[in-house]
Amino acid sequence: MELSSQLLQLLFSGLTLGSIYSLIALALVTTFNITGVLNLAQGEFLALGALLAASLSAAGLPLAAAFVIAVALVTLLSGLVERVAIYPARGASGLTLIIITIGLSISLRGLALLIWGTNPVALPAFSKGAPLAIGGATIGLQSLWIFGLVAVTLAGLFAFFELTYQGKAVRACVINRTAARLVGINPATMSLLAFAGSGAIGAAAGIFIAPITLATYDMGFMLGVKGFVAAAIGGMSSISGAVLGGIILGILEVYFAGLVSSGLKDALALVVLLAVLMLRPEGLLGAVGGRKV
Amino acid sequence: MKKNVLVWSVIILAFLVVPLLIRSNYLLGVMIIIGLYTIIVIGLGILMGYAGQVSFGHAAFFGLGAYTVAILTTAYHWPTMGALLAAVALPGLVAALIGRPTLKLKELYLALATLAFGILVHILFNEGRTITGGPSGLTSIPYLSLGGLVFDRDIKFYYLVWTTVLVISLAVKNLIGSRVGRALRAIRESEHAAETSGIDTAGLKLQAFVFSGALAGLAGGLYAFYVTFVSPSPFGFHASVQFVLMAVVGGLGTFGGPLLGAWVVVTLGEVLRWAVPLVIPGAGGEYQIIFFGVILVLVMLVRPQGLGTIAEIFKKTAVREVK
Repeated sequence: MELSSQLLQLLFSGLTLGSIYSLIALALVTTFNITGVLNLAQGEFLALGALLAASLSAAGLPLAAAFVIAVALVTLLSGLVERVAIYPARGASGLTLIIITIGLSISLRGLALLIWGTNPVALPAFSKGAPLAIGGATIGLQSLWIFGLVAVTLAGLFAFFELTYQGKAVRACVINRTAARLVGINPATMSLLAFAGSGAIGAAAGIFIAPITLATYDMGFMLGVKGFVAAAIGGMSSISGAVLGGIILGILEVYFAGLVSSGLKDALALVVLLAVLMLRPEGLLGAVGGRKV
Repeated sequence: MKKNVLVWSVIILAFLVVPLLIRSNYLLGVMIIIGLYTIIVIGLGILMGYAGQVSFGHAAFFGLGAYTVAILTTAYHWPTMGALLAAVALPGLVAALIGRPTLKLKELYLALATLAFGILVHILFNEGRTITGGPSGLTSIPYLSLGGLVFDRDIKFYYLVWTTVLVISLAVKNLIGSRVGRALRAIRESEHAAETSGIDTAGLKLQAFVFSGALAGLAGGLYAFYVTFVSPSPFGFHASVQFVLMAVVGGLGTFGGPLLGAWVVVTLGEVLRWAVPLVIPGAGGEYQIIFFGVILVLVMLVRPQGLGTIAEIFKKTAVREVK
């Protein structure tokens, strides 16, 4: 393969990976802005979604049914987690809350280990067929599904935020939690909604990526960290910033892995995170949101 | 005050006598590990409990100390004492370098930055094959020798580690009671107010960070001499979380907290390693991490101020009685 088509091939992989990071980042950013909680357990929702769907599909359920049931279960679980562990500590310091989400992340990962063990679980691709050839490179059908998921999620969120009363209430919470409360928006409902929504988006993202990467009990942790990097690149305050951050990180990572070193690709994301936090804590495109420095 | 001295004398005496009574190398090994973790958590406790700054990357300093000893003694044949000093100095230096930009960050962002640093160093341990030996690590580290004394048996190492803990504890007790200690607590309560009172908050936070990094490095160096083998696995993110757990469970900002926290968490880990396979047949010891997670959440929900504060309350009432 000549260099230009190789670079194009890497770009397609980068966009696929970046789309997943975008979804994680937008779930994180939404939750963070509504509740003030940086949910370090977000990655575990992806792992649980993927593992559940793989098991259901292996049990003979059609893929669509496995998808719906797995997403519903993870949504329930994330809502439950919010009620049990986050809501009771709503008045606590940011440090307490972040330690709680780390504890949740460890517990959920342990739970997945207990149920599924350490072996990777496979999920069949959503549609069978040869990859599309574009400009000397190929793009897998599963990647197209992932792009589709991002598009549908963004369209859905846009419709929710712009067209529904609940969505407007969420936006009001994002802009100013205290003021939203003063005009009668219940922050408890919003917090529950944010976590359940993050769970649903996370589970869907996990299921969509599973045919490419396989599902393992510990896939969530690094994905969650990458989601933060993407959210930090986007400045932690805007959904569009988070999506763009995810795409940028995905592309950077794939080029780095393909051209420099695949062993150090995770290190790259962390270096990017440190660089963004230290040099430009408001993100590459974000306005200054909250107190960071 | 007298009551306090009495209590601590009894505790110290117990530490002196216990290894002579127990004949189990396993228990001795567990107590050595508790001692090493106590050293790390004392440093982390200064950072979190007094300066009010969090670190989710302290396993990196622990690992840097261990690898410093491993590399200097095996590849460069340094004398063991020199290597141990380097294991304190190098992590301290790294902490000084990353500390200034990192400590400018607040709460969540500081947590994220230290977390990223910790995972980054762990990846470098795994990937730096020619220097660190990659995932299989470095072997045949010599025993630590101090003058003519060679720490080649667990019981000698036990006394070395706990003497170190005692010396550091006394030093820290002095520090906390001093002007520096009060200034650090002022930072924890309100950075702005501290700054207004003329406290060099950035400088002090950095000093606390470097101190805690150096202590974790010292523990890492001792660890390398104790197990004579170093690989990346004990220095991952999970270890960093465990150190924070120990600091929090023990009670932030309390004198006995680090010892209590390290003791409770390590003992719990060992008990779970033994008990979980009994309750869930076929389950390996690794499932204990579920319980660690659950305990971490419960402690933060029910008693975010940690167990050590129970002792503090007890102490306060005792003081009142004396009055």
